[in-house]
Amino acid sequence: MSVHILYFAGLREALGQTSERLALPGHVGSVGELHAHLVARGGAWQALLTTKNLRVAVNQQMAAMRTPVADGDEVAFFPPVTGG
Amino acid sequence: MKISVQSEDFDLGAECAAISRGRKDIGAVASFVGLVRDANDGAGVARMTLEHYAGMTEKSLAEIVEEARGRWEVMDATVIHRVGELQPGDNIVLVVVASAHRGDAFAACEFIMDFLKTRAPFWKKEETPEGGRWVDARESDDRAAEKWKE
Repeated sequence: MSVHILYFAGLREALGQTSERLALPGHVGSVGELHAHLVARGGAWQALLTTKNLRVAVNQQMAAMRTPVADGDEVAFFPPVTGG
Repeated sequence: MKISVQSEDFDLGAECAAISRGRKDIGAVASFVGLVRDANDGAGVARMTLEHYAGMTEKSLAEIVEEARGRWEVMDATVIHRVGELQPGDNIVLVVVASAHRGDAFAACEFIMDFLKTRAPFWKKEETPEGGRWVDARESDDRAAEKWKE
């Protein structure tokens, strides 16, 4: 299965990319597992660990590390919001 | 209900007038306007860039307004949030709430702002004399949103 991943704000800058389409290995079935899969890339991807209070959304709804991910989902990682 | 995420400026007077135009059941219109300040956390701010998560932003604002409608008598509401590059003194955000009575209008307006600050996916980057910096989320904003849980 594959997912569309988006990155925003300081995290987007740290990773040097806005989005990617990624085919997932069979053992990745939740946000937490996707997160670990990305962190395992090493280097700049440690920003997914060091971003304080990292937030995640699945299909544009706030989600948690235990939230399941399915084929075709849109998953976004970002720092706490600061609008208004 | 009107939700807009836009780079263009908005007109407070025009939005307040529009929300009650042609109606005779609205007794109160409360509004809030947030502006860009020229200083934050001890540094001068020359300009600011507002990033957002297109698609989720509009949904999230609509959900916040729906939640306000569930708690108070909200006859109509307008939320406009600007994105892109802004200068000190520029408008950032507008919330207008129309109700029969002031209590509901004031409370719903404050609630929408408190939830927008902690839930809607916008991020501010400030340009200061030391360079660009992403604004950190404030605990005081979390506490402001928490108070509505009581």
